Amino acid sequence: MNSFNSIYNFVSGPLVWLAFIVFIGGSIYRIRNLIILVNKKERFIYTYMSLKYSLRSISHWIVPFATISWRTRPVMTITTFIFHAGLVIMPFFLSAHVIMFHNAWGFSWGSLPEGFTDAVTLIVIICCVIFLLRRVALRDVKFLTDASDYAVLLIAAAPFITGFLAYHNFGSYHFWIILHILSGEIMLVAIPFTKLRHMLYAVFTRAYIGSEFGKIRHARDW
Amino acid sequence: MALPYIEYEKNIIDEGLETGMKNLTQERIDKALAKVLDGETGAKLKAYVDTCVHCGLCSDACHMYLSTKRDPTLTPAGKVKRSLSVLLENRGNITPEIIKKVSIVASTECNLCKRCVHYCPFGIDIAYMMSVVRRICHLCGVTPLYIQDTAHSHAVTQNQMWVKEDEWIDTLQWQEEDAREEIPDCRIPLDKEGADFMYSVIGPEPKFLAQLLYQTAIIFNTAGLNWTMPSCPGWDNSDMAMFTGDSEIMGRNKRFHYEAAQRLKVKRIVMGECGHAFRSVWDMGNRWLGWGMPPVPMVHAIEFYYDLLKSGKIKVKEKYKKSVTLHDPCNTIRGMGLHEKARYVVNELCENFIEMHPNREHNYCCNAGGGVINCGPPFKKKRVATNRIKAQQIADTGAEILITPCHNCHSGMEDIIGDYGVGMHVKFINDIMYEVMEKPEIE
Ligand code: HEM
Ligand code: SF4
Ligand code: SF4
Repeated sequence: MNSFNSIYNFVSGPLVWLAFIVFIGGSIYRIRNLIILVNKKERFIYTYMSLKYSLRSISHWIVPFATISWRTRPVMTITTFIFHAGLVIMPFFLSAHVIMFHNAWGFSWGSLPEGFTDAVTLIVIICCVIFLLRRVALRDVKFLTDASDYAVLLIAAAPFITGFLAYHNFGSYHFWIILHILSGEIMLVAIPFTKLRHMLYAVFTRAYIGSEFGKIRHARDW
Repeated sequence: MALPYIEYEKNIIDEGLETGMKNLTQERIDKALAKVLDGETGAKLKAYVDTCVHCGLCSDACHMYLSTKRDPTLTPAGKVKRSLSVLLENRGNITPEIIKKVSIVASTECNLCKRCVHYCPFGIDIAYMMSVVRRICHLCGVTPLYIQDTAHSHAVTQNQMWVKEDEWIDTLQWQEEDAREEIPDCRIPLDKEGADFMYSVIGPEPKFLAQLLYQTAIIFNTAGLNWTMPSCPGWDNSDMAMFTGDSEIMGRNKRFHYEAAQRLKVKRIVMGECGHAFRSVWDMGNRWLGWGMPPVPMVHAIEFYYDLLKSGKIKVKEKYKKSVTLHDPCNTIRGMGLHEKARYVVNELCENFIEMHPNREHNYCCNAGGGVINCGPPFKKKRVATNRIKAQQIADTGAEILITPCHNCHSGMEDIIGDYGVGMHVKFINDIMYEVMEKPEIE
């Protein structure tokens, strides 16, 4: 028990801090590098950028089925929207996370019912399985896939799988909860350094192409 | 009716690529890579490369993928994997053979049509990435023979077709003479200073399509416009150097084009029905020269025809009877949003207009653009085979006439219509406008 406590304290204490520092520091570093490059070589980008057209583009792409692409592959669209909503939004409203936050900082906000978040967790895991199946079964996606794509998928799925197993007390709760915290930390750290950095860049690439199409090309980009 | 799939030879030998590869040294490769990857490119390329999650959502954008029983190597991201990624991941070990291979992908398997921008959730611009690869191949001297010949012509004569100055002037005067049989005081005014419009065309017009010059002269004269054409270099707005990756020649030619207009002190440039030339004068060439917007106002023929019809300067005697459909060229639609104006023009001129689907910004590419048709006979069969979807799309309209306001598209469409046996005629807007407009009465 004691060894569990000390490992638990370590992964849920200093390691969390470390993970967030690396995640935030790494993200700032990535975005800073891009901006430096723009300033050095592609200042024209500033003259292309338009808030109106950036928002026009983003507002189409964050709505399921609002673009020709989302309409063309409906299974992928539903999967990816549920997956990303579950991944990005749900952790903030999971009751166990909110309580933990309350214990640490003394304030909190509303949380979602446990039955609901449990179901969403399972659905997110299913989404990851669909991503996996796509990579294996669709010839075009398979051709594009390399080992790092599987790794990234595993990194994204791991917190959900381990969280689910811990919540349902499969075997040892202690074992899964430590893996859960660790995998969450790995995910955070991985964001600036793997393909997961699409999270950081997506808003910029979309805003840029939205502006280029809207302002320069006078055409839609969805 | 479902059209057949055409088989094509995958292993195409092109003399330009073979010779370029043989002459290529390691030093030159390293220099080219450094110049482009470390020098000319920046955040855009880096963000695109780093962001692509290999999801394959862009696959359904590309006519080549859709035309070949879904060949996974022909998806937009698949082409990046086979070209740019190869260069980035093996830097330091790039052989002339590799440069040849990526040149084939970038020069002949992508039309730079940007349809895939509409399919990638991140808005990754595959066409831009392919242009970067072409630039590297150009600096290595490994480019397909036929298109390289046109780029050489641009460098030597400032036009695409080795047209000599006397031939050019001769052609204009010959067309003027012919037009005077129809309208006795018809003129093609050369070098008229202070005219309202300078009309510029692409090299192949005087060479193969002189009747377009004739028809245009009739249109300008009937509308009573004060116009001119330059007699010296600068008259050709086309640009194959842009497509081979020869940015220096691209910039030089665009300077000739705009300087011709400035020397003549015209109020605006009108260009003929060409898409890639529009891309060059409006998007690429001018910006290589550091001009955000063209130094002389510039309109594409579609806009020009729109204004003529809207203002009543050209009136329609009797609308065109045959059923027509309209192809949306990527460079003027995804490049400039002229799709509604094109529809206004077509509806004003024709009685029976049938839309093809998908259309407007979502239209399939002709597979000729981006310099692909200019890579010539060695790649023709492949070009036709990888655009079955377009042939199917136009066949499904059942129209008699296909209106294609772009030269490259026009030739590409003729090829697929012929080889798939679609049985349709391809026309420019210019052809139909000339046919149906009211012309001055001759006493
Ligand atoms: C919050 C901003 C984010 C945006 C806008 C975003 C957007 C996207 C988009 C557009 C795709 C492309 C294909 C698809 O739709 O599935 C994608 C894929 C993916 N995203 Fe995100 N994402 C974000 C955050 C994240 C985060 C935080 C993670 C995980 C740590 C993540 C993990 C993934 C994974 C694993 C895929 C690949 C799915 C596959 O294998 O096909 N994303 N994302
Ligand atoms: S041909 Fe068009 S759709 Fe296909 S990859 Fe190139 S730009 Fe994208
Ligand atoms: S849709 Fe975009 S992110 Fe997905 S594979 Fe194509 S280019 Fe990459």
